[in-house]
Amino acid sequence: MWSYVARRLLFVIPTLLGVSIIMFSLLHVVPGDPLAGLLPLQSGPAEREQLARELGFDKPVVVQYGKWLGKALQGDLGRSLTTSRPIGTQVLFALKNTFLLAITAGVLSMVLGVILGTIAGFHQGRWPDKVASALAITGLSLPNYWVAIILIIVFSAIWGVLPSQGMSTIGGAGSGALDVMKHMAIPVLALMMISLGIITRMVRASVLEVLNQEYVTALRAKGLMPTKVVIHVVKNAAPPVVTVVGLDIGYLLGGSILVESVVNWPGAGGLVNYAIQQRDITLIQGTVLILSSFFVIINVIVDFLNTLIDPRIRRT
Amino acid sequence: MTLARPVGQDLAAEALAAKPISHWKLAWWRLSRDKVTLVAGVVLLLIILAAALSPVISPYDPNVVHLKGNVVDRMAPIGTAGHPLGTDEQGRDMVSRLLHGGRMSLVAGVVPVFVALLIASVLGITAGFVGGWLNMLIMRITDMFYAFPFILLAIAISGALGPGLNNTLIALSIVFIPPITRIAESVTTQVRAMDFVESAQASGAGNLSIIRYHIVANVAGSVVIYASTLVGVSIIAAAGLSFLGLGVSVPNAEWGLMLSQLRQSIYIEPWVPALPGLMIFVTSMSFNLLSDGLRDALDVRL
Repeated sequence: MWSYVARRLLFVIPTLLGVSIIMFSLLHVVPGDPLAGLLPLQSGPAEREQLARELGFDKPVVVQYGKWLGKALQGDLGRSLTTSRPIGTQVLFALKNTFLLAITAGVLSMVLGVILGTIAGFHQGRWPDKVASALAITGLSLPNYWVAIILIIVFSAIWGVLPSQGMSTIGGAGSGALDVMKHMAIPVLALMMISLGIITRMVRASVLEVLNQEYVTALRAKGLMPTKVVIHVVKNAAPPVVTVVGLDIGYLLGGSILVESVVNWPGAGGLVNYAIQQRDITLIQGTVLILSSFFVIINVIVDFLNTLIDPRIRRT
Repeated sequence: MTLARPVGQDLAAEALAAKPISHWKLAWWRLSRDKVTLVAGVVLLLIILAAALSPVISPYDPNVVHLKGNVVDRMAPIGTAGHPLGTDEQGRDMVSRLLHGGRMSLVAGVVPVFVALLIASVLGITAGFVGGWLNMLIMRITDMFYAFPFILLAIAISGALGPGLNNTLIALSIVFIPPITRIAESVTTQVRAMDFVESAQASGAGNLSIIRYHIVANVAGSVVIYASTLVGVSIIAAAGLSFLGLGVSVPNAEWGLMLSQLRQSIYIEPWVPALPGLMIFVTSMSFNLLSDGLRDALDVRL
């Protein structure tokens, strides 16, 4: 077990290095001068040169990468090109709110997806299966930013029962947690659609595969209660599903960028949206770097979970 | 969409006559029985035709501002005389804009998958066929891209390149290369280990002709089917990028951009702003259903 953990952890390092190389090179493939946003309007080439030296832009790319990585490892991602505020603190603050959305949506869609997918798998070809499969492919095809807009149209514009913008009521009329939950309803529902589709599909496929195994027939033949058969099947169908849930966190973190920009949620999406408007590439770079690093770490945790569920995985 | 169906009478007769049924004939037969896939195909065909013919069939110029009396006819509701789907926040006809918008949305959704398919096939087949350090190099670089949630990577690349249709196409193409490369590599590795490749080598065929006649023919099916499953995602992602302001610029009609412009007006007229998103959804859904049906009909396992 521990040697597997060690090997898996060792594998994280090159992956994270890869992420950092791709993100770093973004700054260098960009057309135009990345420093233009930082310089005062009337500055000439001399001032630009000086700023470039201060920020290390005059060094060879490899040296720049080394320095940037060294700082990034200490949590210093540089300053935003437009606000001049440190990126690390900005992103970490915003991430808290994004995780609130992503994790709530993730847990809800996992629970619902496992239930729907299991029902569908056990009733292959009959109507529960058809309904669940139809829901799954619909979820996969729904643009979550559009779902958020539709929910706002129905629940805010027409019925007026849910708030459509931000994370809490300005002026604080409602009580804290309940108020935030009300604000979460629309973005969480919108975010859930794709993950619910993916998880339902995966659970169904996985359950079907296990159901076709001979030992399930044997369990049934020896007269095991159907509920106990379900437990056997679900346990064996779990590993691929857990893997998909891990990957799904990626969809949720990515998708929240779009959904957050619809509901003005003060998270990473809001930050990226601002950065896009201002063409602030360092801010986009920092946000995506941190989000992706979390994604990598979450997937390592998912792998560990899988080895706990199914010890056979360790040996491969 | 299931595979196992009782064989139809014509096929049964053919089977009794001991005529072999070709793979394509069987696939076509399966497809012709799959109503959902056929409907999706027809819907998609209509959307593509409407977009392609938009200059001819749309009732107005998509950028012309319509007046009602002396004032601009903004946010006219669905069902307005002369504007069956209403007008947008600047008084432009929605039917015309939705028709024209389909062109860019379809291009932005389909082209990246196609470009990625070409590049990734070359990379994947090379990696799978040559093996060794070249395989290591290509696949490890591919793995690096897997660390990103794909939409984040697309946002990061197109955010760095700046707004514009071309940059969206580049960003999405890059994002789709790694997954297709992986499939192409794994299928190539499987095919390469088969006996007929060895016998081709034994009979003196060169590497290029083995790739051309044996590998590509056996790899293409799986890779193309896999790529087709990405088109639905690509449509949503491309419209999403322009929704964020990274795609085409105003006043061009494009579904994602229209949705982002119209969403400010939902309190004036709730349902007109929903229309561009509905088009994105229907198009993506049709692609997803069609590729599902094709995969079942051709019986490709991925």
